[in-house]
Amino acid sequence: MDIVVCIKQVPDTTEIKINPVTGTLIRDGVPSIMNPDDKGGLEVALRMKDSMRANVTVITMGPPQADAILREALAMGADRAILLTDRKFAGADTLATSNALAGALKCLKWDLVITGRQAIDGDTAQVGPQTAEHLGIPQISYVTDLVHENGNMFSARKETEDGYQILEFETPALITVLSSANKARYMSVRGIVEAYGKEVEVWGADKIDVPEEKLGLKGSPTKVKQAFAKGLKGAGEFYEVDPEEAVSIIISKLKEKFII
Amino acid sequence: MDKTLYKNVFVFAEQRGGVVQNVAFELIGKASELAASLGEKVVALLLGHEIEQQARLLIEYGADEVICIDHPYLKDYLTEQYSQAVYQAIMEYKPSVFLIGATTIGRDLGPRLSARLNTGLTADCTKLEISENKELLMTRPAFGGNLMATIICSDHRPQMSTVRPGVMQKAERQTGRKGEIIRMPVKFDESKFKVRLKETVKENKGLVDITEARILISGGRGVGSKEGFSKLQEMAEVLGAEVSASRAVVDAGIIDHDRQVGQTGKTVRPDLYFALGISGAVQHLAGMEESDYIVAVNRDKTAPIFKVADLGIVGDVSKIVPLLTERLKKEIQEK
Repeated sequence: MDIVVCIKQVPDTTEIKINPVTGTLIRDGVPSIMNPDDKGGLEVALRMKDSMRANVTVITMGPPQADAILREALAMGADRAILLTDRKFAGADTLATSNALAGALKCLKWDLVITGRQAIDGDTAQVGPQTAEHLGIPQISYVTDLVHENGNMFSARKETEDGYQILEFETPALITVLSSANKARYMSVRGIVEAYGKEVEVWGADKIDVPEEKLGLKGSPTKVKQAFAKGLKGAGEFYEVDPEEAVSIIISKLKEKFII
Repeated sequence: MDKTLYKNVFVFAEQRGGVVQNVAFELIGKASELAASLGEKVVALLLGHEIEQQARLLIEYGADEVICIDHPYLKDYLTEQYSQAVYQAIMEYKPSVFLIGATTIGRDLGPRLSARLNTGLTADCTKLEISENKELLMTRPAFGGNLMATIICSDHRPQMSTVRPGVMQKAERQTGRKGEIIRMPVKFDESKFKVRLKETVKENKGLVDITEARILISGGRGVGSKEGFSKLQEMAEVLGAEVSASRAVVDAGIIDHDRQVGQTGKTVRPDLYFALGISGAVQHLAGMEESDYIVAVNRDKTAPIFKVADLGIVGDVSKIVPLLTERLKKEIQEK
């Protein structure tokens, strides 16, 4: 069985701070990490490798320095790594990203494609399902468990707002995985040593059969018109009143904020 | 593409178990404003099986028309079945705007459709407006909520966006409001149905990751005991919130470590954070100060928590929490 896991390098958003004077983002020195949901997806694939000798390929689209997360994936146990990098991919929204990924996936052999549910820098959860549509295969999103039934039959546990569902499907298919699905393994010392001996294949836009107008900024139906910081917090309100009145104040504020 | 062919603001009226979800009414509320700016209609798209009686309700909340697609295949949500039906409705009726709830269903269906329609989709919008040249301006948080971005989709239609439940406000229900119900037949390509729903399980999701909670009810030393925390739990259930805590109560063994907020616990950024009986040590503030809206209740008016609170109340948590829970229950029922 062949599995391709799509991963993304992201800034660790929990480390981003706001400059208290200017109200702008401080991105300097923010570490880059493998997106947590993608790592959960990679772990699902590696467990399939452990249990049924699946062959695991990782692929990422990003700048040349995204090589780091591919090495990390190799050190965790992935067999092959591909870096999709080209100026023509730059400025891609989710649809243009999925066009490029689907193009690359069409050059590979696989039974199952795994992506993370969403990336912590965008939180859209769109690239997985969009890629599945381009490939003409079913998707199961929000997966926390994958079980091989028999042959090419699998069942997945999909998380929902008020519980979960068990869905049965046949490969080829694409699943999007939550980081809470598992506890991803660490890189092994041997894995790290080997990872630096392995080749990371670098693919440009010419390697995939996707028209240029479907890639990068050009291929993006959505554009950012404006970006702005949330702004600094104004001084809060403060009350010293009896409990009844305090409760009324809280309720009216929550209504004002559309929370209730 | 000829954009002038695309008209009206569509809302995906999500139903689960035959019940239209609140988020659909909220989206209709917003869609009514957008449609008014555009001089167009609000159309709700309702999919399900034996679902038509729900269409009336959508009209009473502000839909001018309801397109009802009723079929046994659509009883429960499945990606391909729903994508095929919605795709046909969009191709036939050509909406200019299409709004979907950012639920697990909406976030599965939305991107699948956007790829099938080759149009843009903007996730989790917190603000939607119509620009002077009649474009949809979609504003959403990015970088873990550190930055806001306004997105446009100029050259493709429909302009699609998902919105989280609770973000928009539903309009007042007008009993007897008139609107048209259109029954739309669809053709299914069954050869594409590759996923089978085997089991749906409902469970009390008490153990979610507190970093993903939209509302956190956080307790500190001032809440005191396990009994005090069971009161917070009651309040959390009313609000659909999660309970978290400061280090002091975790160290005292009152609550599990995975619910600890702060430097040695988790960093959280919910929309609403209640700091109840938490004095606000620096290490706690580091884990929660970037929450969108912070309500603090503490007996000590010099407590540092009040420096980061949007709303600070000096008072006794044990008196305020039960009162607040009762009032919240009432407010939510009336809604």
